[in-house]
Amino acid sequence: MLNKIWAYMILSGIIVASFQGNISIVGTAVLDSSKEAVTLCITMLGIMSLWTGIINVASKAGIISGMTRAIAPLLRLLYPGVDRNHIVNEYIASNMISNVLGLGWAATPVGLKAMKELKKINGGSRVASKDMCTFLIINMSSLQLIPVNIIAYRSQYGSVSPSSILLAAILATTCSTVAGIIFAMVSRRVL
Amino acid sequence: MNLLTYISDSIVPLIFFVITGYALIKGNSVFDDFVEGAKDGFAVVRDILPTLIGLMLAVGILRASGVLDMLAKLFAPVANVVCFPSELVPIVTAKMFSSSAATGLLLDIYKEYGPDSYLGFLASVLMSCSETIFYTVSVYFGTVQIKKIRYTVWGALFATLAGIIGSIIVTNCYGIR
Repeated sequence: MLNKIWAYMILSGIIVASFQGNISIVGTAVLDSSKEAVTLCITMLGIMSLWTGIINVASKAGIISGMTRAIAPLLRLLYPGVDRNHIVNEYIASNMISNVLGLGWAATPVGLKAMKELKKINGGSRVASKDMCTFLIINMSSLQLIPVNIIAYRSQYGSVSPSSILLAAILATTCSTVAGIIFAMVSRRVL
Repeated sequence: MNLLTYISDSIVPLIFFVITGYALIKGNSVFDDFVEGAKDGFAVVRDILPTLIGLMLAVGILRASGVLDMLAKLFAPVANVVCFPSELVPIVTAKMFSSSAATGLLLDIYKEYGPDSYLGFLASVLMSCSETIFYTVSVYFGTVQIKKIRYTVWGALFATLAGIIGSIIVTNCYGIR
């Protein structure tokens, strides 16, 4: 689907530009955008490394495993069908915590492990179980507490106070996550 | 609303303080751990670069051609009814499919209006509270070969809508013009 969207963006852009006489601007834009992407990545290199570094410090200090134990009651509430001693609890917890911390790259592998275990629990059925639906709805409701990359982009584009969005972002994310949880809990009972 | 800004600004330093302090008390080699983790940052950026070039290319063409303006005009009446700035309609739509595509559009908003403007701020918050729904659904369900995904997408769309409404309300509370 992404491939089509990308192709349509390029094709529709060039078609519209040729009708509106913007074709020479498009030629410049092609070259400029690649340069811009590299400049942006050089800035990101510093900020991203800084965060993955401090997060590793937190992980080595046992802060992350401590948080896994801390959310155990929440897991029992959200996934009543799952045995509390099952390994899937660990995967779900790691996925949620990685997402909360904004570690998208760490969240995906443990998230996939969680899905595989949930499928086994569901007898290998090709129909999604209610636990799977709950897991993904919460996953996609955006759990990320600190929008690290957004703050980095704001800094890159000259914001006076890049992290001023933090509180607003946390409140908005809470809205979407609470709505996602309510939807999942209601659907679990009704559907 | 300076207090809101102040609290937001102090959260990041506070997190650094707590994590470093706690690790130090535990007797960890804090700096070694930091350096080890920082290496992952390089890998992340290296993986992002090709995608970012591709998407900024497409977005650059769209921007220069005037397609984005056409889209915004098309959605403006609908968005205005629900007090949503039409300039941000493309971001919300793109974010459902690709985080990087939405990021390209976000950076366009920063360039055009500035990251501290109302639009720049609201766009930042919207980006922070939404996920790439269709991408995530296809990766997760595709990998474990689930054919019937039931109410998952509706739940995710419902959560996204709540996030959009929340973003508008919170941003208006900051009092940015």
